[in-house]
This record gives sequence, C-alpha cells and structure tokens, in this order.
Amino acid sequence: MAIEVRIPTILRTYTGGEKAVPAEGATLLALIDDLETRHTGIKGRLIEESGELRRFVNVYINDEDVRFIGGLEAALSDGDQVVVLPAVAGGAR
Amino acid sequence: MLTIDQATYDAIVAHAKRDHPDECCGIVAGPEGSDRPERFIEMINAAGSPTFYEFDSTELLALYKEMWANDEEPVIVYHSHTATEAYPSRTDIGLASEPNAHYVLVSTREHGNNEGPVEFRSYRIIDGEVTEEEVTVVAQLSNEES
Repeated sequence: MAIEVRIPTILRTYTGGEKAVPAEGATLLALIDDLETRHTGIKGRLIEESGELRRFVNVYINDEDVRFIGGLEAALSDGDQVVVLPAVAGGAR
Repeated sequence: MLTIDQATYDAIVAHAKRDHPDECCGIVAGPEGSDRPERFIEMINAAGSPTFYEFDSTELLALYKEMWANDEEPVIVYHSHTATEAYPSRTDIGLASEPNAHYVLVSTREHGNNEGPVEFRSYRIIDGEVTEEEVTVVAQLSNEES
C-alpha cells in the first residue's frame, strides 16, 4: 500500500531533494510516523511537541484540508494523494 | 537582486493601496529556476487584518497545483505593511517558507489608499536570516534567461 506525499521545497532537505515520496499508514499520523523512519526530523516540522498539527503547516488528502476531515486522525487508503504546504502568512503583528 | 517589470510593480503597489488599511498579499510566479517574475497572482488575505496576512488554505492548494502543472514556482511572495516600515517582522521571518523566493514588502503607511510614493523593498529570507536586495524595475523583462 503506497500513498504519494508531496513535499514542499523547504522540507526537501529531509527527502534528499525529492518532490514526492511514498509512505504508508491508515491515518495521517501513522503516515507521518512512517515518513519519519526514512526522513528523520520531518515529523517535528509537521507536528508540535504537544502532538497537534502545526498551525502554519497545511496538509491535504485528495485536495481536502485535513483540518476539516479529522486532522491527524484522518483516514487514508491506498492511492490517496497527500500534499504538504506551509502556510503563506506573516504580517506586521 | 530582484528584477521586475513596471506593470507587475505597479500591480503590486495598486493592490497594496486598494487593500489599505488591511494587509494585501500575493505571488508572482515564474518558470521554475528562471528567477523571472512573470505571472502576477493577487490573493485574498484570509486574515482580513491590518497586522496579519494569510492565504486561504484551499486557495493556496489551488494556486500551487496550478504552478506545478505549469512548471512554475513562486518567484515573488509579496505583502504590505500598513502602519510600519517595509521590513520583515519577526512573524514574517518565522513564517517565511519559500527559500527560493524574493519576499517583497510594500509599506502604505505614508499615503494609505491615496496617490503617492510607497516603500517597495525586497528580501531573501532563509533559515531566519534576512538579506535585503536591490530592486531593479525594467520596462519589460528581457527575452534572455537572466
């Protein structure tokens, strides 16, 4: 079972420059844990120490923002497409 | 150095003036690796705030999918500051996530929605380090790869 994960430019240092890598998992959290076994350090860029998805990281499963479909518990199945995109945000505050 | 054509420069400034006192934001995309800001894309500030900007997450995905399909990348990521100088704030630095992009900041603090000059400055923001760069405005981007 393979799920393609699209990696943004800023995290490609963890994937040897690859734009997309395969991973496995029945939930988003399991998928991220699986990624971490081969791309050490990437999990900490996606998930806070408290265990929440980072506020300024967006993850999409088949074009749905995971925040609307269960967050880290969102279910995955074979052939799903996962995209990771850092928020484009900032401001004077 | 950032080289930008006059029409794109004017479009960014017009967007900043129109959205003042809220911050505006957007991207200028170009062919991957070219460093040519060719395609101006105005985004909605989902935060709708005078001190913060954020692309809507659904629009962000649509934008990136379009760029991937075109073999483009964000060459410029721009936003405005409406009461402070055109220099990256700590928030801007902490959230900058496009190491290949020119981060353009426009300040509308002086003239707001009205005619008049604005500060227009450009930076590289990599691993929390800010480097200001020169901005060269040209009538049109040359046909040569820069």
